[in-house]
Amino acid sequence: MFRRATSLLARPIISSARARTRPFSTDLPATEAGDSNFIENWKKLIPNIDPPKTPLSFMQPRPPTPSSIPTKLTVNFVLPYASELASKEVDMIIIPATTGHMGVLPGHVATIAELKPGVMSVHEGNDTTKYFVSSGFAFIHANSFADVIAVEAVPLDHIDQSLVQKGLAEFTQKLSSASTDLEKAEAQIGVDVHSALNAALTG
Amino acid sequence: TVASTSAAVPFWRSAGITYVAYSSVCANLLRNCLKEPHKSEALTREKVHISRSKWADGKPQKPSLRLDTPED
Repeated sequence: MFRRATSLLARPIISSARARTRPFSTDLPATEAGDSNFIENWKKLIPNIDPPKTPLSFMQPRPPTPSSIPTKLTVNFVLPYASELASKEVDMIIIPATTGHMGVLPGHVATIAELKPGVMSVHEGNDTTKYFVSSGFAFIHANSFADVIAVEAVPLDHIDQSLVQKGLAEFTQKLSSASTDLEKAEAQIGVDVHSALNAALTG
Repeated sequence: TVASTSAAVPFWRSAGITYVAYSSVCANLLRNCLKEPHKSEALTREKVHISRSKWADGKPQKPSLRLDTPED
């Protein structure tokens, strides 16, 4: 609503024939010059009322990409029902991307990675915390912030090995006896998840 | 369809499963492999509540499928 305010306020108050022409939308600056410009002009004309806040001022700006590589990676690890790690500063995380286990260090190139069922490990000093992630995505930003989102993730000691082996046997059997594409796909998903779980527990 | 483009698609996509369905199947399989008490906690999380009703004359008819009572 106030996007054109800067140009409207800059118009002379007493309109002459020349100033009456409205600017075309293509003449306006492509991006918002920043709230400061608008606020300055507002204060000049309406000093008694506070300038209104634009949606941009409610958003926390993304921390800028520092010129030198930061020493720590800030990780946000979220699940639909809980925020497992919130802005935690760590040395490295290894994420189970579909293209293979990927190590993320501070200064990693900006990446979006789809995750496969596998182990995510968070390395902080000498401690390593491991989670088994069912699937999700990892967004690594240029400023050494990593957002990992998963549908379900558990620490490895919550997993029951006997259930994993039973499940693996069951799905391997289903895979060999599957007939339609859909059954094969479902059995394959089962085999993938259970073998990843098995590898996580034994590896 | 998405699966008929030239890009390589994962096996589940070519079998007709969407990513969301694949992801929830994976999460479900993981939940079933947990130790108690984590397993029962996790299984409560996967309950989906659906109530479906057809509309006629701008009013909802009797709901046909109602899953808001937890099943055991």
